[in-house]
Amino acid sequence: MRRQIPLYIVLVCGIVFVIQFFIPSHESEFIFEYGQDWVMVIGILALPLGIWSYLRKTWLTAVKKPKERFFAGVSLFGFAIMMLTGLKRESLMAGSLYMELFEYVLIPIQATIFSLLAFYIASAAYRAFRARSVIATMLLGTAFIVMLRLIPLGPISDVNQALVGWILSVPNMAAKRGLLIGIGLGAIATCIKIILGIERTYLGRD
Amino acid sequence: MRKDLVWLFAGILFFGLLYLLNWGVKAISTDLLVWIGAFLTLAILSFLYQDNAFYKFAEHLFVGVSAAYWMCMGFWNTLVPNLIAKLHPPIVKGVLPAIAEKPPEYWYIIPAALGIMFLMRLSPKAPWISRWALAFIVGTTTGLNLVRYLRSDFLGQIKSTLIPVIVVENGSLSVGGSFSNIVIVVGVLCGLIYFFFSKEHKGLFGVASRVGIYILMITFGASFGYTVMARISLLVGRMRFLLGDWMGLLQ
Repeated sequence: MRRQIPLYIVLVCGIVFVIQFFIPSHESEFIFEYGQDWVMVIGILALPLGIWSYLRKTWLTAVKKPKERFFAGVSLFGFAIMMLTGLKRESLMAGSLYMELFEYVLIPIQATIFSLLAFYIASAAYRAFRARSVIATMLLGTAFIVMLRLIPLGPISDVNQALVGWILSVPNMAAKRGLLIGIGLGAIATCIKIILGIERTYLGRD
Repeated sequence: MRKDLVWLFAGILFFGLLYLLNWGVKAISTDLLVWIGAFLTLAILSFLYQDNAFYKFAEHLFVGVSAAYWMCMGFWNTLVPNLIAKLHPPIVKGVLPAIAEKPPEYWYIIPAALGIMFLMRLSPKAPWISRWALAFIVGTTTGLNLVRYLRSDFLGQIKSTLIPVIVVENGSLSVGGSFSNIVIVVGVLCGLIYFFFSKEHKGLFGVASRVGIYILMITFGASFGYTVMARISLLVGRMRFLLGDWMGLLQ
């Protein structure tokens, strides 16, 4: 029962949501709209699980690892402050402390972490993409041409702009289409396997 | 006390003093939040030297703040309008007056029950009940995605590739247009051949596979260039924040 009922739920839901597309009606629309809404609601109700897991892990780290205690405390402090400032609906309006913390704590850290990748990606690219073969040279050359188009000062010339436009809309598009067809086939096969209960790793272990 | 924490506290103290003394630069920001943003930006950038207490401080703060941020966002933007307001509209009169007048929709008891089942994962006796909610999500998204992938990723891409290779514009042959369409059709076919491993890549098939990898390399190069420049743009944004918003050196 523990494993069979979920498999039947997946089978029924999967078939219903495939069929609703092929039979357009008010009922299908109802099923489609409510199905999407319900998945979102259930997903959000699962958020406390993640928060519980985070709090438990951080607390245990603070208790068991004295060296990490200070940083675990910093994490919990940030969590508490943000939760307290976001307790009211008005907190989501521009100018509230909650949104200010989002803008001056969350955004700077996130944007800077991603911008750090500019340094690492450059050094990794130097090691990985040296023009040692034709295909490596093609990759390097294309990347160089595209980067010249995207410098903050704007494209360096009309030729460069036209060339990048062509690269993106023709060979780039061709390869992406090939990849998308492959991804589509793989995803369809996986969906069918899940609906039929052949793929059941999402159930975990007993 | 540990040496790295001493450095961290000294750094925070130094930054605080600079804020209080205004650093002697007239244009520098007096907004405490801007100073906090600047400190955290520099703390993350310090990782370029090596892993250190400043970086760890910002990293741990980020984890806590973002967890609470998404929790509050999820509650106010999804749970309140899509569940609480649907089950008992008058309760949200103060925050969402437009929805408060609508009749209740008791269908939403089902996702509420499934959501509570999800939380049963925390129960030591019956964590398996959470699988029912998970199964609903998996089944629903699988059914919806099956059709979506079939239409847009599979049939849609094939349909877009079936284009004329001889392009005529204003009554005359367009060499550029024809060449581009040939590249698209040949590129898609060769790209697919490269990923087809049921036949050995030899002879004509091998040549097509080779062309496929050339086309793929151009795509990877373009994606790489885009990624690098996106990161550079973020870095420029942070520098503008430090030099402009914080230090007031940029107009």
